[in-house]
Amino acid sequence: MKLHEYQSKKIFDRFDVPIPKGRVANIASEAKQIAEELGGRVVIKSQVLVGGRGKAGGIKLARDPKQAKEFATEILGMEIKGLPVRKILVDEIVDIDQEIYLGITNDRTCRQPVVIASSSGGIDIEEVAQISPEKIFKLSIDPLLGLQDFQVRDIALGIDLKHEYWKQFIKILRGLYRAYLDMDATLAEINPLVITKDKRLIALDAKMIIDDNALFRHPEMMELRDLDVEAPAEIEAQKYGLSYIKLDGDIGCMVNGAGLAMATMDIISQFGGKPANFLDIGGGAGATKVAAALKIILSDPNVKVILINIFGGITRCDEVAKGLLSALADVKTKVPVVVRLVGTNAEEGRELLANANVQTANTLVEAANISVRLSTGGKL
Amino acid sequence: MSILVNKNSRILVQGITGNEGNFHAWQMYQYGNNVVAGVTPGKGGEWVFEGKVPVFDSVKVAKEATGANVSVIFVPAHFAGDAMLEAADAGIELIVCITEGIPVRDMMRVRKYLDQKGSKLIGPNCPGLITPSEAKVGIIPGNITMPGNVGVISRSGTLTYEVLYAMMLLGIGTSTCVGIGGDPISGLSYIDLLEMFELDPLTDQIVLIGEIGGTDEQKAADYISRYMTKPVVAFIAGQSAPSGKRMGHAGAIIESGSGTAEEKIKALQEVGVQIARHPEEIAILLNR
Repeated sequence: MKLHEYQSKKIFDRFDVPIPKGRVANIASEAKQIAEELGGRVVIKSQVLVGGRGKAGGIKLARDPKQAKEFATEILGMEIKGLPVRKILVDEIVDIDQEIYLGITNDRTCRQPVVIASSSGGIDIEEVAQISPEKIFKLSIDPLLGLQDFQVRDIALGIDLKHEYWKQFIKILRGLYRAYLDMDATLAEINPLVITKDKRLIALDAKMIIDDNALFRHPEMMELRDLDVEAPAEIEAQKYGLSYIKLDGDIGCMVNGAGLAMATMDIISQFGGKPANFLDIGGGAGATKVAAALKIILSDPNVKVILINIFGGITRCDEVAKGLLSALADVKTKVPVVVRLVGTNAEEGRELLANANVQTANTLVEAANISVRLSTGGKL
Repeated sequence: MSILVNKNSRILVQGITGNEGNFHAWQMYQYGNNVVAGVTPGKGGEWVFEGKVPVFDSVKVAKEATGANVSVIFVPAHFAGDAMLEAADAGIELIVCITEGIPVRDMMRVRKYLDQKGSKLIGPNCPGLITPSEAKVGIIPGNITMPGNVGVISRSGTLTYEVLYAMMLLGIGTSTCVGIGGDPISGLSYIDLLEMFELDPLTDQIVLIGEIGGTDEQKAADYISRYMTKPVVAFIAGQSAPSGKRMGHAGAIIESGSGTAEEKIKALQEVGVQIARHPEEIAILLNR
């Protein structure tokens, strides 16, 4: 789960990472008031969960409260990469001497946290990595020991930080690491961490991504979710423990297991069809889940045919068949349904479906073939 | 012969009194396994499976009483990290964690500790492993595979069943099938298992089932080109997946253009691995 800049900054503040003075606003007049409180000159930053806000015109410097209001009005009316700007962050302007990059993320290869730092901050770190990799300093942290003092000093040395800033830097990196740990972040990033002309270190921007698997430890996070970035059908699917992602094809898919769901989409594509979605009904899916899944798939008007591929292990095929029958009776769709059941109680499942208006298939290849033909208007 | 588990494995089930744990432990028991003990803190002293299998409060006590050397974990994600640490602390040699949805932070610590203790881990978020007719540790259905000479390694669950089943329909059996799980941080890797299968006299060929996300398949390709003499057939799921979207498994995400199915297929093909276009084709590509 990605957090907005203002949400990340609030968290940083709690962990003693200095941030600029400022507040979030959702109407332009509020921006004016905040600018007045901050002494006039402010930066107005759109709060959307995509990169490239600056380039899109979503970040503007205002010289006085009147201009702050103008820019706020403008930015609050914008859409950036398809996402509406609903909130803006109004921050004081600081005079920058130097920009640093500082981030902590999970290193999948070493299976431990890694601190990444660079004296070239303020631009996309992946760009720095490509153009001048020597400017990137990385340091792995033993997850059982945690971040050690000598490591913090190593990082300061690694980015040629002047001694006079070490004290502030150590406090910031320690705070960032605690924020990363306590919040179960998969990324905690300050870009840029600036050194101001009056020699203060401040996190000018902030980015955090929280591990979805750890949200049970952070129930308060659910309120911070930005539903704009999630499709309504995806949110609905989560309620039933389904994993659904809408795509732009016309063959709706319902499969148990993520890998098999992907493989089912692949084979549809190979036969010239286009999957309308990824949908994993999960292990042990019963009738309720199947019915919910069917409705979610049908909420996509592009769907011309539905392919259901179930390999019964924990999931019982007769349960799936029952769910399907009750859902079909309920929604009364004209969209043809192709079903392939194998594994636990597949016989019983197929018998249940014998009298229903569905097409059955024995193999995945056969099921995909039939679905593709139906989606392209072919007859069986 | 087989790898990791066989008829002499003494299996312990952590979470044996929970819904899932109880159901699958019973399936394992019926398969003819040596399910020697269960562990559920607070339920020590009870018995399950018609009074045949004792339940203990801790792994340590269970191991002392029964000589268990393999543990399979079915406890919820909140407690799974602790369960793995407990098993390793008790000296269990092979830990198989079925649980899905474990936070990455927990897994980083667990993996490090297990490495220090010398315990092997399979999973988490995996279906476990099976040596047909000898030992079923986890949730892979017993009736979709039979003994044979093919070693199977997979990051997926039901996709693996699909492959095992297609193999069985063509009369091809399995030496051992291992589901290593789809999480970004897990235990034994493709490479660890390729090495074991290469050394296993009863395995003649290997099936590798991968998916989008990460670079483990590429690393496997590199290992195959250097060390493997046995033929490998592979399938990679997610060729039609869009980037930036997590496809169910926490590890299955294409990030900024890396971890695509294309890259993985190319890396494997370059080292002589045959690639199946769909899961059922794997069985056709294997030598009979």
